[in-house]
Parts: sequence; structure tokens; C-alpha cells
Amino acid sequence: MVTFLTNLINGISLGSVYAIIALGYTMVYGIAKMLNFAHGDVIMVGAYICFFAVSTYELPPLLGVILAMAVCTALGIVIERLAYKPLRQAPSLAVLITAIGVSYFLQNGAQLLWSSNNKMFPTFIKGDALVLFDGQLHVSRTTLVTVIVCVVIMLVLTWFTGQTKMGKAMRACSEDKGAAQLMGINVDTTISVTFAIGSALAAIAGVLYMSSYPILVPTTGSMPGIKAFTAAVFGGIGSIPGAFLGGLLLGIIEIFAGAYISTQLANAIVFAVLIVVLLVKPTGLLGKQIREKV
Amino acid sequence: MMKKSRFLSLALTGALCLSLLAGCGSSGGGGAASTPAPNGGGDVSTPAPAPAGDAFKIGGVGPLTGGAAIYGNAAANGARIAADEINALGGIQIDLRYEDDAHDAEKSVNAYNTLKGWGMQIFLGSVTSTPGVATSSEANRDKIFYLTPSASSTDVLGGVSNPLTGTVDVQRKECVYQMCFVDPNQGSASAQYIADQNLGSSIAVIYKNDDVYSTGVYNSFAAKAEELKLNVVSVTTFTEDTKTDFSVQLNDAKAQGADLVFLPMYYDAAALIFTQANAMDYAPKWFGIDGMDGILGVEGFDTSLAEGVMLLTPFNADAEDEATRSFVSKYQEKYGEIPNQFAADAYDCVYAIYNALVAGNATPDMNAANLSSLLIEQFNSMTFDGLTGEGMTWDVTGAVSKSPKGMVIQNGAYVGMD
Repeated sequence: MVTFLTNLINGISLGSVYAIIALGYTMVYGIAKMLNFAHGDVIMVGAYICFFAVSTYELPPLLGVILAMAVCTALGIVIERLAYKPLRQAPSLAVLITAIGVSYFLQNGAQLLWSSNNKMFPTFIKGDALVLFDGQLHVSRTTLVTVIVCVVIMLVLTWFTGQTKMGKAMRACSEDKGAAQLMGINVDTTISVTFAIGSALAAIAGVLYMSSYPILVPTTGSMPGIKAFTAAVFGGIGSIPGAFLGGLLLGIIEIFAGAYISTQLANAIVFAVLIVVLLVKPTGLLGKQIREKV
Repeated sequence: MMKKSRFLSLALTGALCLSLLAGCGSSGGGGAASTPAPNGGGDVSTPAPAPAGDAFKIGGVGPLTGGAAIYGNAAANGARIAADEINALGGIQIDLRYEDDAHDAEKSVNAYNTLKGWGMQIFLGSVTSTPGVATSSEANRDKIFYLTPSASSTDVLGGVSNPLTGTVDVQRKECVYQMCFVDPNQGSASAQYIADQNLGSSIAVIYKNDDVYSTGVYNSFAAKAEELKLNVVSVTTFTEDTKTDFSVQLNDAKAQGADLVFLPMYYDAAALIFTQANAMDYAPKWFGIDGMDGILGVEGFDTSLAEGVMLLTPFNADAEDEATRSFVSKYQEKYGEIPNQFAADAYDCVYAIYNALVAGNATPDMNAANLSSLLIEQFNSMTFDGLTGEGMTWDVTGAVSKSPKGMVIQNGAYVGMD
């Protein structure tokens, strides 16, 4: 029973990180209708900024996180303006390939700037673990913080897109860019803001990911990026609660598959579940049913 | 036109046959190889230039960047010190060149081709195993002598039967030799050591099942552990894609009550394992192999987490003998850190080749193929004393025979266990 709970907690911890990254993916996809494969690498940049701020310049951790968010926000806007905006009218495949290009650019740039040697991310979410069941079950502070931050971000994003003026503009752009423009919405600004929010989330995700798995290299972002993309599709891409649910489920399935079936097959099982879900529900768990007009 | 092309192809075939004949099988002639036969066996389009000058061109590839950069740089630095020492003696001169492969098989073959184009006569191989499997096949086909400091997989040498199936999956590559232990020796030596020293009553193993190095060591460890009746209670795996989260593996080991965890893997994954085990209050004994060497060099790593980690490695930087002390002080002076086992292995590689060249009266104008057969003859018969062992010998399998030393990490440094 305790082993089961431990695994469940590990799954939720891993899943929450996936979920935060997936939120960024799903925001950008929902509004700009493009898959930003460079998202994982923005995470890596955020982690590096925070690493240098805290380790080298010895700033307080919170300032490090804020600095990482600021740099990533700027980076997200610059990437969008330089790489994606000129392709607004191009076929989606061209944008996809550009996104992959940006991803490689960021990885190799990081390698040039910061070398590819492993860096150990400092632990700054300190504090005693939550101990339950007479010391048999440990829930680390990092896990608690990750889960709480994830839920808060999900709620804030849901409120933001649902209630604020900018959020409504985003939803309008997502439904019909042309019509939104006719109604006086500045589509370019709206998309830039989307990228800014997505990238700021990436910075937070980077710091939380690194707090749980603290080896930092220039390719750090690629695997969680792919997993989070899977999570976003799993939950229904474009849907904010969907990304949250998809991320959590993906993390839990991954840990349970490893613990109860085989560590060799863990990844295979995760993707097999994804295939089954998509066969039954092609738009993902919480995805909207889109009716094709004939 | 037709005739011309046929003539050309005949000539090319002829050249090919000649170069093959001049391969490993041919007897090592002295310095009389006046015809600059093409270096490559099959690669006619880029014939290596005839060796010019009076220095032996020795090349090596290794991860000078990337996650395994600690190994590649250590090996390149160690080899550089040996080459500088030899050059200072004034006899045989060595022109050493290292290329980067970022621990990637494809990049490693590209780097090898770059070196071949440069006119490399002797190859120090790849530093890590997965690229080593690829480059050793290439070098063997091109009949270039290959002595790797640290690519320890049996597939680098070839000709070793798989302990699980009993079949030989990769044919023996005659030109390829190793300075490090071959993986099965590391695995069985570890099991033997754990049994002899009575280090653990319940043993867990975590290994990386998409890596030849890790699986090779695990297979032989498992076979030996069964023979020695070691109590292995948990065996779990991870891959390149899942090497961040070890909660499942550690939970399993903890739940099964393992008091010793064997980690046949490189240090980057091990660093995460130590961190995560610490977070879940799990403190068994840790036992690593030569890939664990380097863990103390990770930037920002809390070395107290690695306190008490044991590993088998052939080199001890704290050893008191004259050769080790001189090497360690030179390395520290030049590169500002304590050399690890990979540096010592590469240093030994260059000296072993130097000894063989001297004993075989080799001259720098010999081509790679002739040098290769000369070196093979020498390596199969010579005895070599180096930093990583006394009285090392090789046989036709290409594997070295030397004995490992047990080391333990104490106060952030490696200390001999015996």
C-alpha cells in the first residue's frame, strides 16, 4: 500500500512537470494554431539563466526565477517575431519545420555559450519532506511545490483566457483570425502575448523540472518537451484543463508502468495508452469535437 | 569511352586488391615500404596522403564536448602529456591529433574520416563504447591499428560470444586492442569483489539497457553473481530517454531491502540517482565501475552525496609510485585538475604504442597497414608496465590482462580500498 502511494506521488510529481510544459504547448497551439517545438528548448534556456543567476551570481532563488521568466519572455517574443511571424500565411508544415530549426538553434547556441558539460542544478526548494504513515511515506518539498504551482498556473490561465479582455481576444483569434481582425483585435499583438505567457511558463517549468531532476545540459529540454507535447495531445490539444489532466495521467502511467510491469517497457506502454486514447477519442480526453463543414 | 571506364574500374579493383593484401595479414617489413599504398581498404576516392615528415601521425576521437566530455578531454589530455614526453626524448616523434565526437557514433565515424584524410597512421580509437563499436569496424576495414584507452564493450573488439545466447554477434576485428578492461571482466570482477569483501547481503542493480557498455557489464555481473550465489533482489533498467526519473528503480530497490546497489553506468545518471536516493532517505552502499569515474567533476555536484561510493578502476591518482606521481603533477600543472582513469589509460596507450614501435624498429614513413601488422605482432608478445597496471599483456582477442583496484570516495577524493 505504501509502495503504491509512493509510486502515485512520484507519478503526480513527474506528471505535474509535464503538465506545466504541456500548458505552454497547448496555449500556443490553441491560439496560434502552430506546434512550437522550440518550447522544450526555451525551458532549457530558462533553467540555464536561473542556474547562472543562483550559482554564479549568487542571487536569491526567487530573483533567479523572475530573471529566467523575463529572459524567456523576451526570447519567446523575439522567436515569434523573427521566425514565425513572417510565416503567418505560409502552410503549417513550413512553420513546423521552422520550429524544429529554432529548437536546434537554441540547443546548439546553448552548447556554444555554456558548453555541454553537465551542470548540477542547485536545490533551493529546501525544507523537510512531509512524512506520513509513521515515516514510511515521504513527500518531498519539491514535489509539493511543483504540484501546487501547477494547479495555480492552470487555474490562473483558465481565468485569464475566460475572463480578461486579452484572454477573450486570444479566444477570438483562435476561432477565426480574419474575423477577429475585423472586430478590431490586433492579431499580431495577441499572438505575441501568447508566446510571452507560454515562454514565461516555460521558465517556471524549467526551474521546477531541474529541481526534481537536477542535471542540466543543452539537450535537457528536448525529452520533457516531447513528453509534454504527448501530454497535451493526450488531454486534447488547445484545452488548458486537458493539458493539466494529460500531463498528470502521463506521469502516473509512466511511473506505474515502470513499477508494476517493467522498467524496460515503461515508455512503450505510455505511448500505447496514447494510441488507444486517440483511437477512441481522436481529439484527446478533453478536446473539443470539431465539426467539419461540408 | 566504354573501354576507358572499364580500364579505370580494373585499375581501381587492382588498387583495392593490393591495399587489401597489404593489410593486417602481411608481415611487418622494416622501413622499406616505398610505395605509398592507399590507406583505405574501400575508400578509393579519398586516398590518404603518403605519410610525410618524420613523425608518426597518431589520431584519436572522443567526446570533447557533450555529456561524456569529462572522459574525452581526460583521454586527450593524458595522451598529449605522453606524446610531449616522448617527443622531448628526441627519438621517435609523435604528431598527436584529437577530434570531437560528442559521444555519438555517427560523429565519431566522421571524425575518424577526418583523421584518415589527415594521414593518420595509428589510431587511439574512440574513448566511449557506443562510438567505439562503429569506429573500430571502420579502422579494422582500413587496416589501421586501433588501441582504445577506454571503449570497453566486447563489440569494440569483436569475436566474443554473448553470454546469454552463446553466439558470436560481431566478428573479431584483428587490428583492434583495448587498454581498459573489457566489460565482462568489469562485471565479473565487480561481482567477485562484492562477494570476497562481503559488501552486501541483498543486491540491487540499475543499468541502462540501450547502452552496450552498461548491458555488457550487467550480463557478466549477473552470470558471475549467480555462480557466487550473491543475493540479487532487484534488477531495473532505464534508457537514454528516461534517464531523469529514477524513483521507480530506487523504490523497488528500497522495497526489496537492498543494502548494496550496483550501478554499471556513466556518472551523469549516477549523479541523479544519488540525489534522488538522498531525497527519499535511501542510503545503501553504492558500487560503480569505471564510468563512475568523473562524478566528482560535475559542476555544482554536492560531493557529499557520493561519499562512500565504491568503484573498481585500474588507476589510483593517490598511488605513491614515481610514475603516477610524476603524471599526476604534470597533469595538475597543465590542466588544473586531478587526472582520472581515462587520462591514465590514454597516457598508457601512447606509451604502449611507443614501446611497440621502438621494439619493432618502425619508421614514420611506413604506411598504416604495415604499421598495423607490426604493432599487432608486438602487442601479442610484449609486456607493458604503465600507470594502470604492471605486467600488462595482450593476446589475439585484443583484450588486456591486468588487475583492477578497488577505490572508495572519501571526503570528495578517490582513495584506494585495500
